[in-house]
Amino acid sequence: MIDALQVRLQRFLRRVMTRPRIDLPLAFGLFLLVMVGLITLYSASGGNMVMIGGQAARFVMGAVLMIAISRIPPSVLRSWTPWLYAGCVLLLLVVAAMGEIRSGSKRWLNLGVMSFQPSELLKLAMPMMVAWYLHPRQLPPSWKDIAVVGILIAIPAGLIAEQPDLGTALLVAAGGAFALFLSGMRWWKIGSLLAVVGAMIPVAWHFLHDYQRNRVLTLLDPESDPLGNGWHIIQSQIAVGSGGLFGKGWQHGTQSRLDFLPEHTTDFIFAVFSEEFGLVGVAGLMLLYAFIIGRCLWIAMEARDTYSRLLAGAIGMSFFVYVFVNGGMVSGMLPVVGVPMPLVSYGGTSAVSLLTGFGVLMSIYANRKTHD
Amino acid sequence: MSFHRRSIKDSRGESTLFRMRALVGFGLILLGLSALVVRYSYLQVQRHDEFALRSENNRVKPRAIPPARGLIFDRNGVLLADNVPAFRLEVVPEQVPDMPALLAQIRDVVPLGDDDIDAFKKQLKQNRRFDSVPLKLRLTEDEIARFAINRWRFPGVDVVPYLTRRYPYGPLFAHVVGYVGRIDADDLGRLDADRYKGTSHVGRSGLERSYEDMLHGEPGYELVEVNADGRTQRVLETHAPTPGKNLYLSIDVRVQKATTDAFQGRPGSAVAIDPRNGQVMAMVSVPSFDPNLFVNGISKADYTAYITAEDKPLLNRALKSAYQPGSTVKPFLALGGLEYGIRRPEDTVLSTGEFCIPGQQRCYRDDERGGNGVVNMVRAIQLSTNTYFYKLALDMGIDRLSAWMGSLGFGRKTGIDLEGEAVGILPSREWKATRSKFGWFPGETVIAGIGQGYWNVTTLQLAHVTATFAGHGTPYAPRLVMATAAVKEKPVPLPNPATGPSLIRKPSEWNVVNQGMEAVVTGGTAKAIFIGFPYRVAGKSGTAERFSRRTNDYDTNRNTAYLAARHRAWFIGYTPTEAPRIAVAAMLEAGAWGAADAGPIVRKTMEAWIATQGGAVPAPSEKDAGAATLPVGPGVPAPAEDLEDVPVATPADMPAGVPSESSSAAPPDDGGHP
Repeated sequence: MIDALQVRLQRFLRRVMTRPRIDLPLAFGLFLLVMVGLITLYSASGGNMVMIGGQAARFVMGAVLMIAISRIPPSVLRSWTPWLYAGCVLLLLVVAAMGEIRSGSKRWLNLGVMSFQPSELLKLAMPMMVAWYLHPRQLPPSWKDIAVVGILIAIPAGLIAEQPDLGTALLVAAGGAFALFLSGMRWWKIGSLLAVVGAMIPVAWHFLHDYQRNRVLTLLDPESDPLGNGWHIIQSQIAVGSGGLFGKGWQHGTQSRLDFLPEHTTDFIFAVFSEEFGLVGVAGLMLLYAFIIGRCLWIAMEARDTYSRLLAGAIGMSFFVYVFVNGGMVSGMLPVVGVPMPLVSYGGTSAVSLLTGFGVLMSIYANRKTHD
Repeated sequence: MSFHRRSIKDSRGESTLFRMRALVGFGLILLGLSALVVRYSYLQVQRHDEFALRSENNRVKPRAIPPARGLIFDRNGVLLADNVPAFRLEVVPEQVPDMPALLAQIRDVVPLGDDDIDAFKKQLKQNRRFDSVPLKLRLTEDEIARFAINRWRFPGVDVVPYLTRRYPYGPLFAHVVGYVGRIDADDLGRLDADRYKGTSHVGRSGLERSYEDMLHGEPGYELVEVNADGRTQRVLETHAPTPGKNLYLSIDVRVQKATTDAFQGRPGSAVAIDPRNGQVMAMVSVPSFDPNLFVNGISKADYTAYITAEDKPLLNRALKSAYQPGSTVKPFLALGGLEYGIRRPEDTVLSTGEFCIPGQQRCYRDDERGGNGVVNMVRAIQLSTNTYFYKLALDMGIDRLSAWMGSLGFGRKTGIDLEGEAVGILPSREWKATRSKFGWFPGETVIAGIGQGYWNVTTLQLAHVTATFAGHGTPYAPRLVMATAAVKEKPVPLPNPATGPSLIRKPSEWNVVNQGMEAVVTGGTAKAIFIGFPYRVAGKSGTAERFSRRTNDYDTNRNTAYLAARHRAWFIGYTPTEAPRIAVAAMLEAGAWGAADAGPIVRKTMEAWIATQGGAVPAPSEKDAGAATLPVGPGVPAPAEDLEDVPVATPADMPAGVPSESSSAAPPDDGGHP
């Protein structure tokens, strides 16, 4: 009995060592990131074990989900893609019609037992859909394909922006756009498209909500309203700047501990991290993010087919958007939009959906090209 | 279909293209992350000092620590004004999102009166938004507990400990010690903002006000760490405040109490002064009030009751009310006669019951029908013979009269260490010129000689003049505070040098007037009052009319109540006459006769003082003082001697001239009572 168990264990270990189903370097990078997140959360929440326990539980759930999804071959994922996408768009329409309003925006679908944001699902479904569409096409994509992909992106992104949830809309659109970029879209086409988008910014400004415009205006001059809209930006910059080169030390960040920094466990947790660990910590964390993104792109390059390549690359590059937008927001470089620092910010859905995305990456890794 | 299409795709080329794009993408990402790091190094290195400072300013706030107010003791160290710890509810307006909502909600937790809300709103307007404003003072333990549970609901509101004032003797010292009150708008303009940061109370009246500067002390400060709600997390640094100085009054609680009790609630005032140095030994104004009510804001009902009370308990009669002194000025006028050389002690005057100004129709009466006969100066003082003083005043003339009486201290402030002292009126040409277009009439000089007419003096002034005389003419400004003490240090006497040289040139002059005043007590108007008193007492009674007479007839009604409604009773005195240690002036607003009504008050004050000396006064000659051993504990009035049993003097058994000192002279022309 025990011998049999031992044999099976040895067999499992050998298989893991020789041809693991998950990419160990990526998993290790993610593990490190999660630890940094929990340690920072411990300080930011003032040692609130309920929050930390909850977050750890979500990470465990996300890890389980990641491993489970890594067992699903990319071909199967591809076959589900149009249905998943269509389902997500449908859910977005349902949300628009009868969603639950929380703090001024309609993002949540109440399922009785639990409520969730369909927009979160689209962060994954979007690059999947673009990859699915481009998979059988002749690449680089033609104008016609670009137009179709544009519509595929615009429908859900528009619905999400209407909720309004500019941050998620941005991430969803980025996921699709990166897939398009990675498909080899010609540079001149990218350039002309960007020019058109640039020209449309004034038009888009017109459609922004007042609070969204305020955020942008406040970013330009936070001191004009130091107690209102400028408060987040000012206090966050004070937290970051006062951290200095080496930081104030773990649990010694006064800006968060004394509640000067709002939302210091969620969207602004990176300010706490910067305050306590300083520029050295920031640079270290950026290196870790760069490593994770780089590893994702390496997995993409090793992928077996177009769908897998585009999907893996888009997921990896979207990860950068999280980091860049959140880091820019915390340092007062970008307007305040609800984008968390991935796997560091406290909050359930983003942690789970991110790890689900990495599950897809692991699946692609497991079914990578064989170098014979 | 898709399988078929895929077969015609350039798989290898696509893969190479992707590889290129992925590398370019990764390059761009590295660029983006580097941009972030550059941005963070700009904030964390280049602008680090600026943000570090702003972070410190966020978290560290200086907070003033108000000094403990100096305590006030009587001359033996009995506590008259104490600091007791209490808790109050404070609001920092800046941190309150919705003030009306807060006030509405907090009422469920801590009951607030309309008075509290009014005071709070008033102060809210004056204060800066980040300074805390007291909402309710003196919280009960129950209120503190309830607020503690609900504190999270009220950002910007906190329970703060403070020291509040308590006056253990309540009304007994209300007019002397005064009281403190909450700082209001007027105070904020007047007070040094830095010194009063964190202080909630300021001296409003009495010594609390006049010694505010000493009592207050110097504030300290502490650096505290606060959170975004402004709540203190911990104290980083403390610089202790310097408490205010303690004050030691020259008053003895027992003398004050005995004097107060002697009034039996009848409106009036009394002041006792040590002639040797100006120290006030008692200062009483009846009725009084409870100063404790004012400390944390008096309720409207209580205040209205005080304000509308007919006998004005808030009025310090000793300091602020001036009345006609009546015959009490006579000894001092006699002294003036000697000083100017107008009279020799042995010069006599015939009192016939009526004095007429030479060459004029108008005549002025003696109190006694038929007069006192031939009187010299001593006898004129003893019997309070009006004619003697009519003539003296006329001979002296109003200018010399007011100059002399003014030099003694009438008509000006005594310089006591209290604010709001009344000046009174010293009759003079100059004073009249400011009031009337008519010149000075000789008749006005005549009645000024007996303390009637324009005269107005305060009890304090009369006590001050009496003390100056008793001290052989050396003037001292009256002083309530004898010594001050810094914290943990011994009391240091406050110097009170004489304000000038002696006003009396020759001791013989003093002796004559003193003899007259002793005769008042031994065989004059106050003969019945000081029977059995262990020391030689000099005194003088005075009975002033509250209304001017309408008729020229003698008032034959001898009913005490009837007279009391018309008269004010005065008595001044000092003892022991060989070396005076205490001079007292007492006034009853509604006393029938100076000696019979105000005299016993003076006696009780003197007796209480003797008791504080252990029953014996170390007088140079008087060794038989043991007769008046009165064991008295602190705050306990002297056991009543059988003064109550002394029969009220009736005209029949009184010497001539007693008890009618009230002049029948009607002030001429415009001479009403100012």
